[in-house]
This record gives sequence, C-alpha cells and structure tokens, in this order.
Amino acid sequence: MRWLDRPAGDTQITHRQRLWLYALAGIIMLLLVAPTIIVIPMSFSASQYLEFPPRDWSLRWYEHYLGEPEWLAATATSLKAGLLTMLVATPIGTMAAYGLHVSGHWLARWLFILLITPMMVPVILIAIGVFYAFVQLRMVNTLFGLVVAHTILALPLVLIVVGAALKSYDFNQEMAARSLGASRLKAFLTVTLPQIRFSVVTAALLAFLTSFDEVIVAMFVSGGDNSTLTRNMFNSLRDQIDPTIASISTIMIVVSSTALVLAQLFGRSKS
Amino acid sequence: MIAVEHAAADTAPNADELHRQSDRERWAMLGLASPAVLTVLVIMVLPVGWLFYLSFIGESGGFSLENYGRMLESKAYGRIFWTTFEVSFLTTGICILLGYPLAYFLAQLPRRAAALCMLTVLLPFWTSLLVRTYAWLVLLQRKGLVNTWAIDLGLWDEPVALVHNMTGTLIGMVHIMLPFLVLPLYGAMKAISGDYVRAAANLGAGPTAAFWGVFFPLSLPGLFAGALIVFVLCLGFFVTPAVLGGGKVIMVSMQITNNIELFFNWGAASALGVVLLAITLGILLAASRLLRLDAVLGGGH
Repeated sequence: MRWLDRPAGDTQITHRQRLWLYALAGIIMLLLVAPTIIVIPMSFSASQYLEFPPRDWSLRWYEHYLGEPEWLAATATSLKAGLLTMLVATPIGTMAAYGLHVSGHWLARWLFILLITPMMVPVILIAIGVFYAFVQLRMVNTLFGLVVAHTILALPLVLIVVGAALKSYDFNQEMAARSLGASRLKAFLTVTLPQIRFSVVTAALLAFLTSFDEVIVAMFVSGGDNSTLTRNMFNSLRDQIDPTIASISTIMIVVSSTALVLAQLFGRSKS
Repeated sequence: MIAVEHAAADTAPNADELHRQSDRERWAMLGLASPAVLTVLVIMVLPVGWLFYLSFIGESGGFSLENYGRMLESKAYGRIFWTTFEVSFLTTGICILLGYPLAYFLAQLPRRAAALCMLTVLLPFWTSLLVRTYAWLVLLQRKGLVNTWAIDLGLWDEPVALVHNMTGTLIGMVHIMLPFLVLPLYGAMKAISGDYVRAAANLGAGPTAAFWGVFFPLSLPGLFAGALIVFVLCLGFFVTPAVLGGGKVIMVSMQITNNIELFFNWGAASALGVVLLAITLGILLAASRLLRLDAVLGGGH
C-alpha cells in the first residue's frame, strides 16, 4: 500500500489524495460497460420475463429466435447489407482518400468536406430524402437501395480513417517504386496499401458496423422481405419488451465485440 | 537556389509539356474520388435539395412559406424545439461532468492500463446503439433491476418511473454520447506535456492552481470539440428518445417521422428537416471559427 503515498504522475498530490478520482472513474467505467454486458446472462433466462440473475437457465429465447423465419430473414438481410456496404464503401472510400490526398488541387479540400457531410447532416434528413428518391425510383425495400444509402453513411468513416493513415505515410516510398518503373497502380497495391492495411481493415469493419447497426434509414427504405434486424428490433421495442430481443442483442454484442477485437489485434501488430 | 531551379524549369524547352502533365495528373487523381463523390451527390445532395424545394410548397401546390410559418405559430412545434434543445444541453452537460474526470484518469494511467481501461469506452462505442437502448429499457423498467435493487437496499420504497420519461431518455443518451466526448478529450489531454504542470509547480503553484491555471485551459480545445460533437449528435437523435422517452419526449427528428408516417405531410417534414439542418450547420460553422473542424471530426476516431 506504499504506492498510495507516492505522487500521482506530474501532479503534486499523492494517489491517496486522489482516491476519489479513481473511485469515480471506476464507477463511470462500470456504468459504461455493465448495462450492455448484463443483457447477455439475461438472454439465457428460462422465465417469461427478463430477470437477473436468471433463476433457471435455458436457451428458449434463442430457440424462439431461430424458430422465427422473420427474424432469420432479417438477420440475413442485415449481414448481407453490412457486407455489401463494406465491399462498396471501403474501395471507393480508399480511392477517394488516396486521390484527394495526392492531388494538390484546390478542389480536393472541398470534395473532402462534401464526402464527410453525411456525418454532419442529421440522419433523419438523409433518411427521408433517400426514401423520397427511392419512392420515385421504385427502389424502396430493395437490398440495392439499402446498400447505396448505407454506403454514403459509411464513406465519411472510411475517408477519415484511411486519410489519417495516408497523412502519416511517407510517400517517398511510392515515389521510389514508381521511379524504378512500377505503374502508379502497382506502386499503390504493392508498396502503399500493405503499409496502410491496418487502417483499411479498421475502415472496413467500421463500414460493416455502420450498416449492420443502422436503424433510421433502414426504417424508411427497408421492409418486407428485406427488413433489417435493427428495423424489426426497433419496431418490437416500441410495442413491448420481448425477451427474444435479449437473445438477438447478445448476438449483436458478439458481432461488434468481434469487430472491436479484430480492430485491436490489427492495430497492435502494427506497433 | 530554389529560384534558380524555377527559372531553369521555365526556360526549359519542355516546360509547357511538364506543366500540362502535372495538371493532367492532378485531375486524374481527383478523378479517383469521383465514384464516392457521385454516390454522395446522387443519394444525399439531390434528395436533400429536393426536400428543401418541397418545404416551400404549400397545400395549394404553389410557393408558400406556410410550412415555416406553422413552426413559428404553433405551440406544439415550439415545445418540440424546446425539448430538443433541453435534451441536447442536459446530455452534453452531464457528459462533460462525467467525461472530464474519466478522460483525466485515463490520460494519466500507464500505457498498458490505459489501453485496458480504454476498452470500457470503446466497447459501448462499437456496440449497436439499439442494443444499448434496449439494455437500459430492461434495467430501468418498473420491475427492472435498478428498481428491484434500490428497493432491496432501501433507497426508495416503491418502484420509481425511471423510463418512458425524460429521466430514462437522459440516462440512455448520456450512456451513448459519453464515448464521443471522452475520445477527443483523451487525445487532447495526452498531447499536453507533463512539463507544463511540472513547470507550474516549480514556479510555486500548488496542485489546485497548477490544474486550473495550466492543465485545464490546455485541455479546453479537446473538451470543446467533444462537447460540440455530442451536442450536434443529440440535436438529430431519434432512436433513444423514441424508445426510452415513451412518447413523452418528442424531439424534432421524431416529429419529422410522424409527419411522414402518420400525416403524409412531406412539406411540413421537409421544413422541419431544413430547420434542423440549418441549426446543426450553423453551430458547426460557428464552432469552426473557434477551432479547426477537421481536428474535431478526426478526433472521434
């Protein structure tokens, strides 16, 4: 317990004098994580209502989820939309980040701002705008429409993450490759891309999650056979508290923690 | 030296050709952004522009300001805007009160411990907002965990209405917004060199004076950036107030949805959307005069 009386960092006070700060930070961190984590054991409850800790354990809510074709179809739609959004947003976002970074044109700055506006415009406005456009184009309730709409929401993240990586990348390496005869494309693919790959992977994961977790746009432009998981969850939350949602939530927590762990692993191997 | 090189380049026989080539190259590189730019133009800018036009069309089908006039006259709309600002201000305020000590704590931890504790901020950041909202709905309901435990502990005697009202909305919103404040603030605090605080101590400042006189002012840009992100995100929030507010907390985005889903009134919905966008962009623009906007946007990730 001697560390308590040592000075805390560059401040002039000891750890003991700052115990209140540690306690407060601990409580806040607990409050940040606990509510999400607590859903997991609750989803294995055998009772009609959600309880913690569950008196009896069972998989009945998972069986209920798996037995409902509607939920399964929605899960498939969400996964498909997420993967397709990732596959569209990552390459075109990376291309844009690279092009805007390399081109010294005065337009580049403005195009960058244009590409990150979807992050600043309230999502509800994008949602009704896209809905209105899709009604005219007969694209409501199609997977294609959903993916296109989610792509513009994911683009700002890809642009920011990949753009930041390009800023700290030494372009002389690509210059060297090109002066030795590699085409720009080859130099990018074999020299630049391998060095920024961690950021590209992070960007791709973020693009996937953007689509997978998105509610508002999906509420307007997805429906019928192409309803997303979040849309169905949101609708059933408005009616009542169905324990099936707890099992679906658990699955979604697993999906996003996997993405986070992947991102952390890729990030670590860099350093 | 450089001037000499320039002069040489200008007089070189192939100067024009080189100039044209580099010009072409710059446009070609700009062209790489065209798929992304085209998607954003077609899917966002055009439709939102169309909504802008719709907001000026009245029931008669001609140009009119009635959609905006309604917002000024109707008490219901005034209340909705008031609620939106109230929720946004309170959420931002609580986030600052909780987020500042947390970021300060994290910024002073050794690297490994900080990375571990940072996971508690990142996990909610990466988890679906709908799942987190649902978790609070479960915890805060009448027979939920919080009420049960509080009654067992003797904090209160009867179940308290913690959800389907403003309290529940604020709890959920703060939980969702806190990482958006902590991440940029943590970055800003990490960038403050310990030398400043040590120098302050050398010059005779006590711990309190060193903190408030030196550390706190230096961390303000980060705090401001985080608070700005939180406030702007709150203004357009939909899911959490819709689920945890139980119909009692109506924000602008929810009224927009109602106008479309219940009343099919595109003009009214568009006008509300335009006003919401104008407020959001106005705040961002005003803030960008005070600090670099790209630093704010890059800070969250």
